[in-house]
Amino acid sequence: MSTDGCGAPAGGVSAPAAAGDQAVVEGKVTRDGAAVSTGYARLLGTGDEFVAEVPLGADGGFRFFAAPGSWTLRVLAPGGVRAERPVAADYGRVTKVDVVL
Amino acid sequence: MSRSDVLVDADWAEAHIGDPNVVIVEVDEDTSAYDKGHIPTAIKLDWKKDLQDPVRRDFVDKTGFEALLSERGISNDDTVLLYGGNNNWFAAYAYWYFKLYGHDKVLLLDGGRKKWELDSRELSTDVPDRPRTSYTAREQDSSLRALRDEVIDAIGKRNLVDVRSPDEFTGRLLAPAHLPQEQAQRAGHIPTARNVPWSKAASEDGTFRSDQELRQLYEGDAGLDFGKDTIAYCRIGERSAHTWFVLHELLGLPNVKNYDGSWTEYGSLVGVPIELGEAR
Repeated sequence: MSTDGCGAPAGGVSAPAAAGDQAVVEGKVTRDGAAVSTGYARLLGTGDEFVAEVPLGADGGFRFFAAPGSWTLRVLAPGGVRAERPVAADYGRVTKVDVVL
Repeated sequence: MSRSDVLVDADWAEAHIGDPNVVIVEVDEDTSAYDKGHIPTAIKLDWKKDLQDPVRRDFVDKTGFEALLSERGISNDDTVLLYGGNNNWFAAYAYWYFKLYGHDKVLLLDGGRKKWELDSRELSTDVPDRPRTSYTAREQDSSLRALRDEVIDAIGKRNLVDVRSPDEFTGRLLAPAHLPQEQAQRAGHIPTARNVPWSKAASEDGTFRSDQELRQLYEGDAGLDFGKDTIAYCRIGERSAHTWFVLHELLGLPNVKNYDGSWTEYGSLVGVPIELGEAR
């Protein structure tokens, strides 16, 4: 994963994240037990304020390094599919959010 | 210049697959997306490996740009249609960059890769073989690019638009929330800057909002004076290229520059003023 660009890292969660002092939010998106590899995960703040977005990886995975607080995770997939989950992030913790479409 | 001169939709792109005068180019920082599948006939540009100088902090010079486009088979007469991931951040950066070096016919695909994927349009893994060209670039157009001294001088005089997220602007984060936060430089923003996150200019599917909505966003909500010159910045200059595209290409403001040094430069300069918290 690049660390000196603003851009999206390679999609997916290919290596386990040690939270360290980061507030990590990560998970996988599946449908009928299979990974959803084409789609996007968006992290939203209060009032749907956009925070970040990543493409889903080949394993349906996503990961964010957030600020501590309460967020909404929104998943977009082809065919107008959307799903939302509330998430809470805190420093030094990996918050797991798996989404079944 | 109107919106249709600079921005096309996916139907237009689909209709021009195979058009010998149109070169479709995917631009990304992570080019594994291209390798997984891209718009048929598209070639790729790697934002870092192809567009940045490998040693010093700058993008490739005129000679390097000419060599790159010649090698990729792009000629001066071609219409270049750019698209990419991340809501077109890097494609917008490449668009700005093509304009800096004087390429006339450049277009951005509205919604970029995301809309194309969400529409379930065709993706191909075939890599086209384009014959070599002999591309000639113009000298860099300095009216589109702001350097650090100009930015410091613009404090309190010109519109400074910080297009990072509110948490980066106020100093809570040093990078977007999908990247590790291990940066070493100071947090905050350039004094007198207004915070208009790039994301407000785009819909959820990555397409740009209407001209009317965009005017309201920058002039109405953020209070930018459209009679003044403007400098946009972010962290490394690609999100602000997205906003530069909105202000200069879609809304037609005459004097808009992208500060590609952006926060990774400004936030590491010794002695320059920095503001924390909300805009004052």
